[in-house]
Amino acid sequence: MGSMMANWTAAAGSQVMLADNAVDFSAHYLMPINLFGQTVYLTTTHVTTFIVAVVIITLALYARHQIMKEDYEVPNGVQNAIEMLVEFLSGVVKGSMGRHARPFINYVATIMIFIFISNTSGLFGLRPPTADYGTTLALALITFVLIQYSAIKTSKFRAFTNLAKPIPILLPINIIGEFAVPLSLSLRLFGNMIAGTVMMALWYGLLPIFVKIGIPTFLHAYFDLFSGAIQTYVFAMLTMVYITDKRDAED
Amino acid sequence: MSGITNEGLVLMGSAIGAGLAVIAGIGPGIGQGIAAGHGAAAVGRNPGARGEIMSTMLLGQAVAETTGLYGLVIALILLYANPLIGRL
Repeated sequence: MGSMMANWTAAAGSQVMLADNAVDFSAHYLMPINLFGQTVYLTTTHVTTFIVAVVIITLALYARHQIMKEDYEVPNGVQNAIEMLVEFLSGVVKGSMGRHARPFINYVATIMIFIFISNTSGLFGLRPPTADYGTTLALALITFVLIQYSAIKTSKFRAFTNLAKPIPILLPINIIGEFAVPLSLSLRLFGNMIAGTVMMALWYGLLPIFVKIGIPTFLHAYFDLFSGAIQTYVFAMLTMVYITDKRDAED
Repeated sequence: MSGITNEGLVLMGSAIGAGLAVIAGIGPGIGQGIAAGHGAAAVGRNPGARGEIMSTMLLGQAVAETTGLYGLVIALILLYANPLIGRL
């Protein structure tokens, strides 16, 4: 669905129904690639995801270099910050998942860092990679796989009969409920980010120059920082809650 | 009414549908306001737990926001990625 939406938005970008063609919030096709007879495109989202990944990896390698270089018992500036971050993320995961936390700290901390930096990259002039449904659907599908794996690992075969639990007639509703989890997770993150992107594109595209300097600070502070931070927190908390729910099912 | 083409009719329907879809934003507005009211009352009763109450309230509000966002996504799809035009 991500590629379908990117397809249509890039095609529809030329028939924008607004007065001014400077309003441009869609992801564009940058370069065609021919693979096995099909033509796929390199899009804006690929580039912005790559930039976000490079930033995170650079920070991580820099922190590792700092830790390896100095005396480990005397932490300096960067190491302090990294230790605070790791303790905070570890505390969030343990506080929510309790005794099931150990295998999941790495995954949840990684998606929190990735989603937070992706969401706030609008402040730095990028179109957030999470404003593309492909990115958020991929993250939600990884969570879905983890949830079902936890269910099967905890309940073995009863994970499927539990879907018929209260009354067998609820079986289709429970199945739809299972599939609604990644759908709602991805659409929540995507909708918040695309709303911010559309608002900022409208603001920058349609208004005269003197309201585009200084005043958009508040819009960026709301859409990028506040909304971005809350959506990462919500995505991580819901992931942890669903996984813990499946793992506690046999008590 | 002689000048309205089929494509114009589809676009008109899509535009009206997009406007109607965003009416779904009423629900989260009311629900999140009620949740904020309960959160404020809880802080009033127990000012020391302000951080946890705020986290719980924001989590609940962001989950409640989802259905309003479904309406926004449908409206955006109808306006900018219209699948009905291709079926004419």
